Amino acid sequence: MRVAVIGVGCTEFGELWEKSFRSIFLEAGVEALEDCGIEGREIGAIYVGNMSGGKFIDQEHIAALIADHAGLAEFGIPATRVENADASGGSAFRQAYMAVASGMHDIVIAAGVEKVTDSADPMGVLSTSVDQEWERFAGANLPALYAIIARLHMHEFGTTEEDLAKVAVKNHRNAVHNPKAQLRREIKVEDVLSSEVVADPLKVLDCAPLSDGAAAVILANENIAKKFCDTPVFVDACTQASDYLALQCRKDLLTMRAVLKASREAYRIAKLEPRQIDVAEVHDSFTIAEIMAYEDLGFVKKGEGAKLVREGETEIGGKIPVNPSGGLKACGHAVGATGIRQIVELVLQLRGEAGKRQVKAEKALALNIGGTGATAVVTVLSR
Amino acid sequence: MVPLFWRKIKYRYDVVGSYCEKCGSYYYPKRELCPKCRRKGKLRDERFPDEGRVLSYTIVNGKIIAMIGLNNGARTLAEVCAEKVEIGTRVKKVFRRYGEDGDEGIIYYGTKFVPVC
Amino acid sequence: MIGIVSYGTYIPRFRIKVEEIARIWGENPEAIKNSLGVFEKSVPDLDEDTATMAVEAGREALQRSNIPPEKIGAIFVGSESHPYAVKPTATIVGEALGVGNYYYCADLEFACKAGTAGMQFCYAMVRSGMIEYGMSIGSDTAQSKPGDALEYTAGAGACAIIIGKDPIAEIEATVSYTSDTPDFWRRDLQPYPSHGGRFTGAPAYFRHVVSAAKKLMEICGYSEKDFDYAVFHQPNAKFPQRVAGILGFGEEKIADGMLVRAIGNTYSAASLLGLAGILDVAKPDQRILLVSFGSGAGSDAFAIRVTEKILSYPRNTKVWEKVKNRVYLDYALYLKHKRMIK
Ligand SMILES: [Zn+2]
Repeated sequence: MRVAVIGVGCTEFGELWEKSFRSIFLEAGVEALEDCGIEGREIGAIYVGNMSGGKFIDQEHIAALIADHAGLAEFGIPATRVENADASGGSAFRQAYMAVASGMHDIVIAAGVEKVTDSADPMGVLSTSVDQEWERFAGANLPALYAIIARLHMHEFGTTEEDLAKVAVKNHRNAVHNPKAQLRREIKVEDVLSSEVVADPLKVLDCAPLSDGAAAVILANENIAKKFCDTPVFVDACTQASDYLALQCRKDLLTMRAVLKASREAYRIAKLEPRQIDVAEVHDSFTIAEIMAYEDLGFVKKGEGAKLVREGETEIGGKIPVNPSGGLKACGHAVGATGIRQIVELVLQLRGEAGKRQVKAEKALALNIGGTGATAVVTVLSR
Repeated sequence: MVPLFWRKIKYRYDVVGSYCEKCGSYYYPKRELCPKCRRKGKLRDERFPDEGRVLSYTIVNGKIIAMIGLNNGARTLAEVCAEKVEIGTRVKKVFRRYGEDGDEGIIYYGTKFVPVC
Repeated sequence: MIGIVSYGTYIPRFRIKVEEIARIWGENPEAIKNSLGVFEKSVPDLDEDTATMAVEAGREALQRSNIPPEKIGAIFVGSESHPYAVKPTATIVGEALGVGNYYYCADLEFACKAGTAGMQFCYAMVRSGMIEYGMSIGSDTAQSKPGDALEYTAGAGACAIIIGKDPIAEIEATVSYTSDTPDFWRRDLQPYPSHGGRFTGAPAYFRHVVSAAKKLMEICGYSEKDFDYAVFHQPNAKFPQRVAGILGFGEEKIADGMLVRAIGNTYSAASLLGLAGILDVAKPDQRILLVSFGSGAGSDAFAIRVTEKILSYPRNTKVWEKVKNRVYLDYALYLKHKRMIK
């Protein structure tokens, strides 16, 4: 059964000091419901992507909390939290997709939410996505592991720190036109290069900020989608793959095998080639991750990722615009909400509602990654 | 967290990993199941070579953290005690402190590496 | 024949010079170098301590001898800077060396002589047939209060000795001289040791070292002429030089063991590292007098005869070579390395 996204909602991403965990998911959810005119009791199930309510705000059992505060506990609607580090949102979307595709439910909400700024050490919490016993013990946090990948990429393929910086510059430029984005200001390559080193060779401006935020989308089967929505966006494929958790266990540090596997599977199911993708939202938690995504998604050959950004092909107006929202880098990275936020952006793009950052697109792809790539979720959407 | 550390002492104090007698693969850290041979595999603990070389590295919080390719092909992520390293630098294992659980908790010892002179 | 079947040494690669410490306290470095005979001292890395150095020394000793780790039946670690007040260092060493679980094990403390006390334990256990091989390690990251005279000499290092049969150097005899003499101490929970100043000399160091050495020679029927080398505990260079003079040993017999000039006083490791310096160059049939000293106070004396086996024993990297591998610290980094500032 074909599945469509019929409603989307998203909060502003950023340091939302005034807003609580409970208020942001409500804001995103209500926006999504209003977007398609659903009342609430029609919903069959809720899947919530959330990486670490336990560590960020000392609250577990957050799916029930969400059902409660959204007033949906009143109807006894089943709610489930999905955790896959920063791929939690994409994974929740995939669970919701399967629930509709299987025919079990007609309408399902996929949401993502994270409140990071209540925590004293958000990067420490995010870094629990890597192997605690062997990577964190050795003194490596998430930026350190991406830095190890980046240095090797530079050594093997001649990628430069300037190339990495160009990813950040592009995504900041895109974010200027995204009212929900956290960092709506342009930066220059020199700004990136002169920013403080976080994990050599990665600098502050190579890293996505950690953000508060929530996003929600409503999925329905195609038979009833039109009833609620004039512009349904169809899910052509939604795939997921795993890789070894610790970097040291992977044969090739420069290939995210989970991305390779999930994307090839998605292309097969959606019956298309990578070059047919018109716009993509990829997981640029670090600038090197976006360059690796170009390669592993098959937009270019392995080792040629930097060329794509050097030649401006992933800019809005380029051959394959990537991260028109600003990406994690500039729109912000609300961890468990990011995978859903990517879907929201692509739905707006496919509907033609993306304002000044609008890309001409029929086919769109989202890539959501957990940690250093042990989880990858790829979604292909079309009008 | 004491039991969590204690359980892995053998594998941290020295570079002890897994060797699959069936397919000849080396795994670090230790594995309970050979990903290649699945249930047919036969894993046993083995002390890995003392030396290897730096495959890649970063400097974070003032420390060099490196991916080290051991001489048997296995890899380990560890701190390198040196002023600087490069990709390709030959290193050997040393026994060092990785940290401690505050002023009152236990001391976490483990394997680090130093450049081979 | 029972004696030393292998030895391993470890000296951290950081140093601080007497000049740099004197600069902080406004003292005259030439006068200090003159009176102590010490020019610089070793300093541990930020992540090194008595246990880590003991493991490194123990690993070298095992590696040189090719003794399978599981044949080590006893491990003693002598130190006055054990990382835990309660919880043994020696178990950490045993685990890191992979000796298994069936072994005798204890931490020892007797100021600077706990390493040689452990050698006596191992010697007795091998001789009685309780164990095949025993390892005694002297390891210390010596503490000293900033500004105290000890700061110029309190170094860091470790030496592991494996005792067993068919040795590279036979222990012909050993004897101890012990009394209750509080010349140097550290009270429970205090970070730095205290000392009796000049009281550490005649009634402590000299009385114990000389008495133990003379008793040993009396038991063996040896005179100073029967020894090719001598090594004494070395809190500074002057004390062992003077004690050598008292016992009739010339400068040439102690020179190879005088590590103190280059790395300071490594406490429990000091006399053993000196012995290693001599074993690195000694020839078969040469005889070595080893006398340690631990404040509080006692001395362990050993008559050690080098055997033919030393010719096929791998002695590289020699301890004096290790001394040359060094990086100098300024006083601020020194404080950081000693964890006095965090
Ligand atoms: Zn196998």
